[in-house]
Amino acid sequence: MVEELITSGRLTPEVDPILHIWGWEIPLYLFLGGFAAGILFFSALFTLQNKENRYPMAVKILPFAVPVLLAIGLGALFLDLSHKFYFWQLYTNIRWESPMSWGAWTLLLVTPLSIVWAASWLEEAFPKFDLRYNWLKEILSDLKPYRKHMAWALIILAVILGMYTGILLSAFNARPFWNSAIMGPLFLTSGLSTAAASVTLLTRNHEERSDFTKIDLLLIAIELFFIIHMFMGFLASTQVHVQAAELFLGGRFTVPFWVWVVGIGLTIPAILEILELRKHHVPIFVSAVLVIAGSVMLRFIVVEAGQASRWLY
Amino acid sequence: MRYAMAIDTKRCVGCSDCVVACQTENKVPIGFCRDWIVETTTGTYPQLQMEIRSERCNHCTDAPCVRACPTKASHYGAGGIVTVDHEECIGCKACIASCPYDARYVHPEGYVDKCTFCIHRVEQGEHPACVAVCPTHAMTFGDMDDPMSDIFKLVSRRKWKTLIPEAGTRPNIYYLI
Amino acid sequence: MSKPVSRRDFIRLAGLGAAGLTVASPFFDWKHGEILARDTMPGLYTKRTPTYCEVCFWMCAGWVHHNEDGEIWKITGNEDDPHCNGRFCPRGTGGVGMYYDEDRLKTPLIRTEERGKQVFREASWDEAYTYIAEKMNLIKEKWGPECMALFTHGSGGHYLGNLLRAFGSNNIAAPSYAQCRGPREVGFIGTFGEGIDSPERTDIRDTKCLVLIGSHIGENMHNGQVQEFSDAVDKGATIITVDPRFSIAAGKSKYWLPIKPATDMALLLAWIHVLIYDELYDQKYVEKYAYGFDELKAHVKTFTPEWAYGITTIHPHIIRETAREMANASPSVIVHPGRHVTWYGDDTQRERAIAILNALLGSWGRRGGFYNPAKPSVPTHPHPPYPKPKRDWRYAFPDKYKLAGLALASGLCDATVPGVSRDCNVRGWIVNGTNLIQTLPDQKNTLAAIQALELIVVIDTMPMEITGYADVILPECTYLERYDDLRISAHREGSIALRVPAAEKKYNTKSAWEMARELGMKLGLADYFPFKTQEAELDWQLKEMGLSLDEMRKIGVKKFPRPADDLYPLEGLPDYEFYTNTGKIELYATQFEAEGYPALPTYTAHEEPPYGFYRLIYGRAPMHTFSRTGNNPNLFDLMEENVVWVNPKVAKEWGLRNDQPVWLENQDGVISSSSIKVRVTERIRFDSVYMVHGFGHTNAKLSRAYGRGASDSELITRVHIDPEMGGTGMRGNFVTFRLEGAPEVQS
Repeated sequence: MVEELITSGRLTPEVDPILHIWGWEIPLYLFLGGFAAGILFFSALFTLQNKENRYPMAVKILPFAVPVLLAIGLGALFLDLSHKFYFWQLYTNIRWESPMSWGAWTLLLVTPLSIVWAASWLEEAFPKFDLRYNWLKEILSDLKPYRKHMAWALIILAVILGMYTGILLSAFNARPFWNSAIMGPLFLTSGLSTAAASVTLLTRNHEERSDFTKIDLLLIAIELFFIIHMFMGFLASTQVHVQAAELFLGGRFTVPFWVWVVGIGLTIPAILEILELRKHHVPIFVSAVLVIAGSVMLRFIVVEAGQASRWLY
Repeated sequence: MRYAMAIDTKRCVGCSDCVVACQTENKVPIGFCRDWIVETTTGTYPQLQMEIRSERCNHCTDAPCVRACPTKASHYGAGGIVTVDHEECIGCKACIASCPYDARYVHPEGYVDKCTFCIHRVEQGEHPACVAVCPTHAMTFGDMDDPMSDIFKLVSRRKWKTLIPEAGTRPNIYYLI
Repeated sequence: MSKPVSRRDFIRLAGLGAAGLTVASPFFDWKHGEILARDTMPGLYTKRTPTYCEVCFWMCAGWVHHNEDGEIWKITGNEDDPHCNGRFCPRGTGGVGMYYDEDRLKTPLIRTEERGKQVFREASWDEAYTYIAEKMNLIKEKWGPECMALFTHGSGGHYLGNLLRAFGSNNIAAPSYAQCRGPREVGFIGTFGEGIDSPERTDIRDTKCLVLIGSHIGENMHNGQVQEFSDAVDKGATIITVDPRFSIAAGKSKYWLPIKPATDMALLLAWIHVLIYDELYDQKYVEKYAYGFDELKAHVKTFTPEWAYGITTIHPHIIRETAREMANASPSVIVHPGRHVTWYGDDTQRERAIAILNALLGSWGRRGGFYNPAKPSVPTHPHPPYPKPKRDWRYAFPDKYKLAGLALASGLCDATVPGVSRDCNVRGWIVNGTNLIQTLPDQKNTLAAIQALELIVVIDTMPMEITGYADVILPECTYLERYDDLRISAHREGSIALRVPAAEKKYNTKSAWEMARELGMKLGLADYFPFKTQEAELDWQLKEMGLSLDEMRKIGVKKFPRPADDLYPLEGLPDYEFYTNTGKIELYATQFEAEGYPALPTYTAHEEPPYGFYRLIYGRAPMHTFSRTGNNPNLFDLMEENVVWVNPKVAKEWGLRNDQPVWLENQDGVISSSSIKVRVTERIRFDSVYMVHGFGHTNAKLSRAYGRGASDSELITRVHIDPEMGGTGMRGNFVTFRLEGAPEVQS
């Protein structure tokens, strides 16, 4: 028998017995960040493919949500900081090795750009909305020629934003559960899937709905593939990684993850979407809501499970 | 100059003096600690073996906490120690998540704190508080780049180990076994 | 005058009229129940004042460092002090917590009855003194002054002892004798003519072989001893640990003998047998200095290792091998006498066996064995002679405990319980710095004694179990707030240490010196308190020694070179006379024989645990001193509660898991009043359980320590009295596990 214990009474708040430095703020921010990245990605991608009229919701209307989502996300991030009055230090430094730093700067770039991007679609997205100030209308129409350039920038930034939320976690090699290279792609895919599902939920355009259902189905399949491979990777890795995986294979995250995230958040929506595509009449909002909820759950569970996995004691 | 510590597990009795001395010297709030004692017992009665270690931040040469910090708050200081600038820290806690030794904590005043190798004492020619108080003289502090230093001689002469070297952090606390 | 109460209730939650006096210290802020420290970069060595530690009885000398605002910052050791060599132990370092503990006693309290319930009311010092003096005089008139007793275990005890002696009683006892090290003093005095004293005169620093019988150095954090132990380990000394538990010392030993509890005597006798019959003993030494060798040889003839194996479960070849190791190291070998040795009731005889072993190995008086300590002499101011008391505690025990050299705390307690065979009982207690409820075994007996008292005064810094039974509580300031006697140390070099206050007295507290003097004034004993201030007294003493208070303030510790070069008086085997009847080392103890006790130790089988019960073994933790430090915020941080160690086989039988709370029930049906968490560990034998002493506090005023862990003292109801000196053997109690607490009893 091996008995290993701390005998000097260490019970550091938020660290012992299980790390709990990040509560709801971070998972919420990760979700909103991924969601926003997905929206921007599709908006920019289909602009570049000149399909903006085929997909009005995805390209023109949804981007208006992005600044709001990012603002809420940033607000949550700010609330999480324990030394709030010094938050501005984030922007006096660029640290190439710190994903947190990338995130801060990426957000700094994406947020205004997304506002400008959305604003450039204002006339087409909400024709009934009157801007009232002529000089604003002029600025917006001046933007239109630059749409393609903005789209390119946005695709790159959206991918960075979507991936970075996962890479941020995987860079913490002290938390074995997060320490997988699949985290970045998984979160990006999840973000894209959330965006796609929200398009199917909100759009009135039948073609758009059906195309995005197909896209979402593909993304869900990729996500499931990533998840399976992530666990296979853990089980084939070191002792601490095996222990991290065991949290999900008999440990306390087993039911929440496999039932709520994989089952209800991925598999069932996928089945519903397949049925939908086969022309069975299925209320679309069910699968969309399940995908979005599953995406939220994924992030909450991943953030908590990562904190529960550790190297020592 | 590379500051490091050598801790003799054969001399250590696990009394936790290092914990309390650090607390009073550095005004660590009650309920938090910068160092702690770990006791490992292996075997079945009566074939038993025990190892006792005093652990703290390892001031790693390749510190994941310094890499993860988005501001310059966690940085390498004099002698390669890892130190936190309280005024630069925003409290994002990325460093706490990236430390495999769980050596850091969020100070009630908002910034992240940890062992500093009592650099304020070292600069005055004193030893860190834990090293100075240890009743069994289990701890040695010094410059590993100085071949004449006590710590260099100890680490050359004795068998030693570091904690979870596979985490890739290149820690600077040597446990003499 | 408050209404006298005939029976003392334990006042659990004192109903204080006024809000407790709290002095908010700017050094620590209260914020959401956490104590924060101000974030300033600590400066080095601003101001420092000398002191010696009061957290345990090793009394290391050190420095109290102050921060920029002059407040107490930290405590470090004095380099010149042989007790600590410049390094304090965790309790001494955590001594700042004693000063800052907001649960401290703040003002004098007197027991009174309010609406049918007994509570403490705040009183002025004068009121308290008046109450006490009236009662003491009443006792003096009715029964005689010797019916006042003093229990003390603090530095202030010297002053209170002066008071009591001036009053006319010499019934002054410290629990450290009959509840702790008494048997080893008597055992060694009976053999070598001298005792062991404190600090132990063991030359661990230079020894080549150290044998620990149940001693758990390393968990028992007697500073200098642990430092020397660590040095010895580093130098490659052979450590042989005899302990049913895998202690820290066992973890560093070359040989760990996992002995069956209560059988140590058999092992010692077998070792004596091997040393004699295999001719491994120091023949020249024994020939020159020992008396009674032939009697001893004949006596141990049948105590072979094979015989011991059947009793102790230690293999015969291990017994022989370890005996050989000891003999090879001779004379630099120490069979350590231990410290807390009141175990099974034959403890004086067991210590005799240890003394005999040391004598056979030739270690007494030689390097690496037992050195000859030098003690400086410190003058006391002349005073009128003390009145001669008509009786002392021995009156209560005619023909018993004849070899006891000091008063027995348990004896005084027993002499308080009314008995048919006695016409006189102790009627009044002054208790200073000792939590008798947790210190004396058999709590029922202690409580019966307390209920029979006319007066019980408790002088303490913290609200403890004993304070709940007091008539008058006098709050003492901590050692950091007062002067005290010079610490006189007998060591390789004699030394004195000075204590000066590092801070102003907090709340409405006083030092024992002040209390003794002021109470003495009330009792008309002014002649025995010639000095108006403690500084004046200390200054007088130091000037008599050719020193001064100012000089001592700067250095803290003054060492005195040995008057003669006799640190190891028997090195080279010169002629030497011992303080025994025969003038020699008495392997055969004539002093014992004269008083009718066995002159040679024999093995007695002790009771074994009944089925389903486990022997209760208790011990120390390096971060706590008994029940004294449980509430200290710094030390509570290190260890909040004790746990009961259970062997995995036993845990499996009972279905116990780590951290599961259980209640312990002993063989007499006593159930622990609080639960204790289980620690499943291989380090404890399957027939025993182990816990650290001093937890399970029942005084709710201890905001941190209340109800944490369990009290082993509660469960020690069976006491085995050592016939030679009255020591209270406490390890003959057995416990079983209960998954629930005692059923609620309607009171």
